[in-house]
Amino acid sequence: MDHIKRLEAQSIYILREAYRKFGKLGMLWSIGKDSTVLLWLAKKAFFGHCPFPFIHVDTSYQIPEMIAFRDKTAEEYKFDLIVHKNEEALKKGMGPEKGRLVCCKALKTEGLSQVTEKYGFEGLILGIRRDEEGSRSKERVFSIRNRDSEWDYTNQPPELWDQFNTDFPKGYHIRIHPILHWDEIDIWEYIKRENIPLVDLYFAKNGRRYRSLGCAPCTGTFESTATTIQEIIDELKNTKESERSGRAQDQEDSYAMQKLRKDGYM
Amino acid sequence: MKKTREVLRIVVVGHVDHGKSTVIGRLLCDTKSLPDGAVEKVKRISKESGKPFEFAYLLDAFEEEQKQGITIDTTQLQFKTDKRDYVIIDAPGHKEFLKNMVSGAASAEAALLIVDAEEGIQEQSKRHGYILSLLGIEKINVVVSKMDLIDYSEEKFNTIKKDIKEFFSSLDMSVSEFIPVSGFLGENIAAKSDKMPWYKGGSVLDALDKFETEKGLYDKELRLPIQDVYKFDNRRIITGRIESGSLKAGDEILIAPTNKVTRVKTIEHWSELDKTDRAYAGMSIGITLEDEFFNKRGEIICHKTNLPLIGDILDVNLFWLGKETLNKSKKYKLKLLTQEVECEVLAISKIIDASNLETIENRDVIKTNDVAEVSIKTSHKICFDTFSQNPNTGRFVLVDGYTVAGGGIVKGIKEKQKAFSRFMKDGTKMSVSCFEDYFYMVGEGTIKLAANNVRDYDVGEVIAIKGETYSYPENFNIIDLHSGYAAKVRGAELKDIIEIDTLEFDYFPSVNVKGAYIKLYSQKDLDDFKQDYEAMDTGDHNKLAEFANKWLVFVRYRTIKYR
Ligand SMILES: Nc1nc2c(ncn2[C@@H]2O[C@H](COP(=O)(O)OP(=O)(O)OP(=O)(O)O)[C@@H](O)[C@H]2O)c(=O)[nH]1
Ligand SMILES: [Mg+2]
Repeated sequence: MDHIKRLEAQSIYILREAYRKFGKLGMLWSIGKDSTVLLWLAKKAFFGHCPFPFIHVDTSYQIPEMIAFRDKTAEEYKFDLIVHKNEEALKKGMGPEKGRLVCCKALKTEGLSQVTEKYGFEGLILGIRRDEEGSRSKERVFSIRNRDSEWDYTNQPPELWDQFNTDFPKGYHIRIHPILHWDEIDIWEYIKRENIPLVDLYFAKNGRRYRSLGCAPCTGTFESTATTIQEIIDELKNTKESERSGRAQDQEDSYAMQKLRKDGYM
Repeated sequence: MKKTREVLRIVVVGHVDHGKSTVIGRLLCDTKSLPDGAVEKVKRISKESGKPFEFAYLLDAFEEEQKQGITIDTTQLQFKTDKRDYVIIDAPGHKEFLKNMVSGAASAEAALLIVDAEEGIQEQSKRHGYILSLLGIEKINVVVSKMDLIDYSEEKFNTIKKDIKEFFSSLDMSVSEFIPVSGFLGENIAAKSDKMPWYKGGSVLDALDKFETEKGLYDKELRLPIQDVYKFDNRRIITGRIESGSLKAGDEILIAPTNKVTRVKTIEHWSELDKTDRAYAGMSIGITLEDEFFNKRGEIICHKTNLPLIGDILDVNLFWLGKETLNKSKKYKLKLLTQEVECEVLAISKIIDASNLETIENRDVIKTNDVAEVSIKTSHKICFDTFSQNPNTGRFVLVDGYTVAGGGIVKGIKEKQKAFSRFMKDGTKMSVSCFEDYFYMVGEGTIKLAANNVRDYDVGEVIAIKGETYSYPENFNIIDLHSGYAAKVRGAELKDIIEIDTLEFDYFPSVNVKGAYIKLYSQKDLDDFKQDYEAMDTGDHNKLAEFANKWLVFVRYRTIKYR
């Protein structure tokens, strides 16, 4: 088995464990490359079926192409799509001008909490990776969240030999991270090999492209000529920039992501 | 096609503050495995807090870790050399975070033990060393760090080397290389240093490339634990990950512990890219079977020629990481492969203080971070291998309440049951050895017994009536005059176990517990047989032989093979 096949086999194992263990299971789909790969992996794990719903926490600030891609893909893949907005916060005028972290917390963290509670999810599958940023680098594959979706990150239970923590008190939920062990280039190598359809924001137009996708006001493009997957891989192999350098919320303070994620951010 | 690159997973362990994260941070920096952003961020944080650049911050990402200068939780990173790919795992050294150290180390194949040149071997250096041996990690290099603090002294390096060698030999383990380094200054990390001309070996990076990777799993026996059974469409797909061995469409398989035998019909796929009729260790697959039995999670698919052990009393080595103590009377959940059963500790043979290898006397509970040798009783029988046979299928975790609180490796089924299979019915147990094989050892000119397929059978279970050196009929009786019980096998199933006095002659052939045919043709024969036995002094070998020659025919259902 080669490197990518090994990663894939591990992810499929994790997805099947999650499906087996949690009655109320959902998968977060941010429309970006990682969660789109996750969607593909779910198709493989369940032989073309999607036995749980996909959840999009819609901030209403997403780049419009993303929404178009979302609706088209949901139609093609034929899965249940739950789109949830924190309407209350939006009505009160929540937006990045209130402060980037405040906005992320309201529209994403709280939005996610609301949808978790509304459907009573016991397990949420997320496409985060260790190499994205510091607090994610310390995550477990099955990571417990309390009733307020908080992460007790300095006191995580042991996790070994793929015997995951699948028991939890009522009202808590488990975040499942099937691609935690992949890195950014692995994702692109896999997209190429499997020919996975992707939103074209990742490909350069007029000399610029996105490397990580989020809300329009807080996500920047960078200079690039990469218009094919192979060109993206070659570019990444030579760049020294970090993947999320175009994501404004990460740059707010040295521990911004840790603080957001402690409160239940993805 | 591109040549497949190897991957080696390495964990870095050792006492708190001995420089583990610094060695990894430096290695990643010097091999240019990090984005500039990561290094810039650490520069900024170091500057903000008025500290010199800390390579450890590249791994210690939590605010709490950086403020306290200590690793709390494990993390892992991929990096590449010309030779192969690596996953390098950072583990915390503080005793309080041993659970996180184990979480990191459990998935590693090789280890670097970091020892501070000034402090030498300390409590956690030993405890971590012991845990490595428990986890079956045998490839170990020792890195003596902070050599800059002892002026790169050869003498002090040699003293530490001697101490560590002694410690590991007491564990029956050996260390491949000892490397003197300064993580902070990058000496002997990614390139050979010129500060220590007396040291003839290579850098840490050279030493990593010298580790040999394991190739064993493909060649071992097939073990495919059933993870789930899907019926999304008209296919009934059995899924799981192959833990060892390989499988192909058409293979005859046996499903343990129920011993159902069938064939693999197809290996299923969704994407055309994955179409195959062969699968190997490490792959997560889905298969369909020719006979659609009722299958469930926890059962193990194997080839008929090599079955796992089955039992409910396991001798294990265990490490305990729970906040609460491990008590004998308490119930825990045991998870082994995809099996989950309730269990309890029957007996504690030995508790070891892993920081000095001393046995703890007079204690009946196992405390946090203790290591122990215990017997575990599971609520029903499970399938496994011994860890030395097959690491993937010989290890388990214990769950206390909601979380994993300990783990261990299986040394074997409880000693005294080993030679026998047992027939069981409501507390009645009958030990039989009629499933053992006899071989004539050509080299020695002697006949030897091989205890194969040792397991327990409950009433209703199917019995393996055919083996390498025996073949019993589908219907027969097993009579054990010694224990006073008889077993009835009907349709290759254990039908009943009764007291010998209630046994009536029924025209079905009978064998003794060793599988020798008993010449019984009538009720009178049965009565005489019993009476002869009772009248005999069973301590007299001549009398026993006379009795056996009168009543038994060894080769009726048995044979002896040359070996
Ligand atoms: N002088 C000198 N200092 C070092 C060296 N390596 C590490 N240090 C310092 O020792 C301290 C501890 O280093 P770490 O790398 O955090 O130690 P650790 O083993 O990862 O510690 P834990 O993970 O908390 O167990 C830091 O302040 C380092 O700067 C070295 O080679 N020379
Ligand atoms: Mg450390």
